[in-house]
Amino acid sequence: MSLTSLTYLVVGVTFVIYIVIAIKARASSTGEFYVAGKGVHPIINGMATAADWMSAASFISLAGLIAFMGYQGSQYLMGWTGGYVLLALLLAPYLRKFGKFTVPEFIGDRFYSQTARIVAVVCLIFISFTYVAGQMRGVGIVFSRFLEVDITTGLLIGMGVVFLYAVLGGMKGITYTQVAQYCVLIFAYTVPAIFISFQLTGNPIPQLGLGSELIQEPGVHLLDKLDTIVQDLGFHSYIDSMSVSTINIFCITLALMVGTAGLPHVIVRFFTVPRVKDARSSAGWALVFIAILYTTAPAVAVMARYNLINTVHPSVNDTEITSIAYDERPDWMKRWEETKLIQWEDSNNDGKIQAFNDTNTQFTEKAGERYGWNKSELKVDRDIMVLANPEIAQLPNWVIALIAAGGIAAALSTAAGLLLVISSSISHDLLKGTVMKSISEKQELFAGRCAAGVAICVAGYLGYNPPGFVAQVVAFAFGLAASSLFPAILMGIFSKRLNKWGAIAGMLTGLTFTMGYILYFKGVFFEPFAANVAENWLFGISPEGIGTVGMILNFLVAFTVSSFTAPPPKHIQSMVEDIRIPKGT
Amino acid sequence: MSNNQDYWKANIALLLRCLVVWFVVSYGFGILLVDQLNEIRLFGSGYPLGFWFAQQGSIYVFVVLIFYYVKKINELDKQFGVEE
Repeated sequence: MSLTSLTYLVVGVTFVIYIVIAIKARASSTGEFYVAGKGVHPIINGMATAADWMSAASFISLAGLIAFMGYQGSQYLMGWTGGYVLLALLLAPYLRKFGKFTVPEFIGDRFYSQTARIVAVVCLIFISFTYVAGQMRGVGIVFSRFLEVDITTGLLIGMGVVFLYAVLGGMKGITYTQVAQYCVLIFAYTVPAIFISFQLTGNPIPQLGLGSELIQEPGVHLLDKLDTIVQDLGFHSYIDSMSVSTINIFCITLALMVGTAGLPHVIVRFFTVPRVKDARSSAGWALVFIAILYTTAPAVAVMARYNLINTVHPSVNDTEITSIAYDERPDWMKRWEETKLIQWEDSNNDGKIQAFNDTNTQFTEKAGERYGWNKSELKVDRDIMVLANPEIAQLPNWVIALIAAGGIAAALSTAAGLLLVISSSISHDLLKGTVMKSISEKQELFAGRCAAGVAICVAGYLGYNPPGFVAQVVAFAFGLAASSLFPAILMGIFSKRLNKWGAIAGMLTGLTFTMGYILYFKGVFFEPFAANVAENWLFGISPEGIGTVGMILNFLVAFTVSSFTAPPPKHIQSMVEDIRIPKGT
Repeated sequence: MSNNQDYWKANIALLLRCLVVWFVVSYGFGILLVDQLNEIRLFGSGYPLGFWFAQQGSIYVFVVLIFYYVKKINELDKQFGVEE
């Protein structure tokens, strides 16, 4: 069977599974639509959370990102996992005890203020839409690369599938499809990694292979070898932190951790378990399932980069570097050239491929004298590190087909989770909670389904026609969650003294400061005010890490304003005391 | 009421202990001390220790930490009679 028809088959089968699950797990009440009737087993919920959390970017781009950044890639690895510690310890159990449906509902009730609730809804919608646009784009890209259909068709198919199970099934349908999607994506990610690790190091466990010796050169460790090779080609070290600003990596990691804990679509997953203690352990299980991919990714990064360099420059040391002739390049390179993810231009007309760091002028000069090189001739899209892995490892076609299904599963599961929090904040927080308080449960459920339908169309449009900023808005989603929602929820639980004035002022300060700083350097809707370079940054912190400062400002403003205004009413204080103990759920 | 307050105090003390570990393995070992720790190899492997903490070890510790907290807080729930 050809690769394309095999891919159609595998992706088709996974779609049928998702739809069957969705029909079996239809939601029949608002409780089932918003929080799956609070009856999800903590391990199942952990798995669903992992799929919810790991997006198309985690699946396709993370390893490639680390491969090129080296040590600095740690900010994503720690940042996107450490947030679960904060969730499990500081937020999830208390929000579960509170026992309502949405994040804005908690903020509105705890700060006895409709304004606070609406500020939270605005943050939530902004965070979730920026995120979901990227997911829909991811679905389209995977379709077009593997199934040879255009991005629009891929997008429409993806929208159709999400529509079926998110609109019909609500949280209940999403939960069980996410479990299936987790299985597909983790299998697709780890199988090629296991083979590559085994081929390079003889150790089939990638996490151990990364610390092992090379089969071809006994006594030489893979990491040391790569570190030497990249420096011989003029790049910065893969391992040490010399090229990295400590304050910046510190702030980015913190903003990503806190942002993770403050993302509404992640938080609501913990509303679906039966008891407070389930919410605690479920966050642990979620991290177990996430860690399987997140500890494999750095191994994939090192091995794929090593394989790539090794293909182009079979022998690299400080006295001699050999290059492969373009005509002798392997088949997988030819195949990915067609998709333009790999591009070659023979700038010195020697018929050979050279890939080195040509921004390092000292090295380029030396390489010019010695080998007649003038430019790095190979342009490699970072995503290739995951997408081409099965071919580099010479695995059978069904594994390649599986990568396509895995990428789509990662994108769909995250998109569905995001669409659900958008629709529930519209039907529950805005309609039922604010504008039309008298609607019945049936009407609210219908409104929720309509909102989900509309949200899918908006997300599809954003994915089809991405506003120029989609690629650079990750900073937005995490920065805003870190500087607005997380501090408000945390203080709502851990401080009885914090009142509505403090919370609203804090959220608005965090939001405006963070958004302002990002817009200042990134523009997004207009030309940036200043170049996005380290010399211009406040304390040397890049827009990706500024959420950390926004969060600190939020805390400071909230406490200052609260201390000058009246404490919260008695019934709010006893509500806080009540959510702090598990008893009486 | 004072029972609940004692429970809360015990919980906060436990939380702080856990968060210290959370901070030390990631921000301490993985970022601030990474180059110093890289002088040492993780026992029996080619991993420089700082790099290992930054890209592997901190994540393992996070997982263990959550389950440690769950175990301890469940014990506190029982001890203070506030379990569900």
